[in-house]
Amino acid sequence: MTKFVPDRARRGLLPAVLALSLLFADRAVAAEGAHDHMMMETAQAGVPVAANAVKIDNFSFAPAAIIVAVGTTVTWTNEDDIPHTVTQEDKKFKSPPLDTDDHWSFTFTEPGEYHYFCSLHSKMVGMVVVKP
Amino acid sequence: MTRRFDDDETVPRGTSRREALTCMAWAGTGLLWSLTGGVPLAGMIGRAEAATAATGFTFAQFSDSHLGFNKDPNMDPVATLREAIADLAKLSSKPAFIIHTGDISHLSKPVEFDTAAELMKETGLPVFYVPGEHDVLTDEGVSYRERFAPNSKGDGWFSFDHDGVHFVGLVNVQNLKAGGLGNLGNEQLVWLADDLRPLKDSTPIVVFAHIPLWTVYAEWGWGTDDGANALALLARFGSVTVLNGHIHQIMQKVEGKVAFHTARSTAFPQPTPGSAPSAGPMKVPAGDLKNWLGTTDVTFVRGIERLAIVDHTLA
Repeated sequence: MTKFVPDRARRGLLPAVLALSLLFADRAVAAEGAHDHMMMETAQAGVPVAANAVKIDNFSFAPAAIIVAVGTTVTWTNEDDIPHTVTQEDKKFKSPPLDTDDHWSFTFTEPGEYHYFCSLHSKMVGMVVVKP
Repeated sequence: MTRRFDDDETVPRGTSRREALTCMAWAGTGLLWSLTGGVPLAGMIGRAEAATAATGFTFAQFSDSHLGFNKDPNMDPVATLREAIADLAKLSSKPAFIIHTGDISHLSKPVEFDTAAELMKETGLPVFYVPGEHDVLTDEGVSYRERFAPNSKGDGWFSFDHDGVHFVGLVNVQNLKAGGLGNLGNEQLVWLADDLRPLKDSTPIVVFAHIPLWTVYAEWGWGTDDGANALALLARFGSVTVLNGHIHQIMQKVEGKVAFHTARSTAFPQPTPGSAPSAGPMKVPAGDLKNWLGTTDVTFVRGIERLAIVDHTLA
């Protein structure tokens, strides 16, 4: 119902993030681990961060918004003690139920903004920006 | 313990108090409802009062069995469901039937469904199910409906009459929208309007669904986006009782002629709204789960605005 659109991306900050993420694209995985806390805060603010791994915990996706290059495989890992799913709004992709410690991957082959949510807990939303 | 919160998003009329009394209970068992002289009463199974209250007919509410869950604070929800069933069998006045308000299973697995069906069969009572979101995780709920609601409409909704009371089981866990709450959908609302149309205003109505039809706590998705549409259809009736699960704790309010109540889980408690970072299973000290069974009696009197809630600490 309510569409998740990152305000700041709409206001034109996205190009800057894109440029930044290109710089750090090859360090995304390391950064995701090393600066997890910082990146979570950034994602909650609605700005996509470069990462190809999303952690599910406390009924939220972290980072909630990520940016990847075409062809990137993104992996979601459920570290929560309740099952969740990763479901694109138009059902272009939908993970099976992910129980604790389960993970699921999806390879993005088309550029675009992919808004997704947990089909069990629809308040849980996330976004993947796939750049050309 | 009790706490208050304000919530008027789903008020069907504007005349009711802007206040709701809520009552928290941390762990639970089946909930027994009795309709005595037109007055529904609820009490926790396991309390002697519940067994003697009924001179009309009674029914029990089970919810959130979550068979397949195996983490803190409950490694064995099968055992706690068994306990709830055993308590039910001790009642002196046998319930006419059971309603189960969803999340029978944890992961919609066949073995979870089969175990639940076998256990509930041991009660020897008819059981009317509505699905929780955990029951429709695969195949859009087809396997759920085959087992638990073979004669239902649409995603699993249905109605039936018992002793002058009209019961409606609704489904609000399908086709959820990103960022939204529970969802009934237009098809089900049209069906509900048709279902209610022939009934007299004086017919007592009991509506049950998994997710609360009223907004308990939107931040955690504890509500139904189009629940107000269903409540509008129910507004002409003199007595409406709305029974839900999903939030694993007792919470209730009365708005005009509509009484709302959520049941406890037989598997694990969840935190009170906003009291934790998220709505996951609430950890309680080992061995304490059972001590908290039967800690709340709910007296639910039609026509009286405020629910009477009595918390009993058995420890």
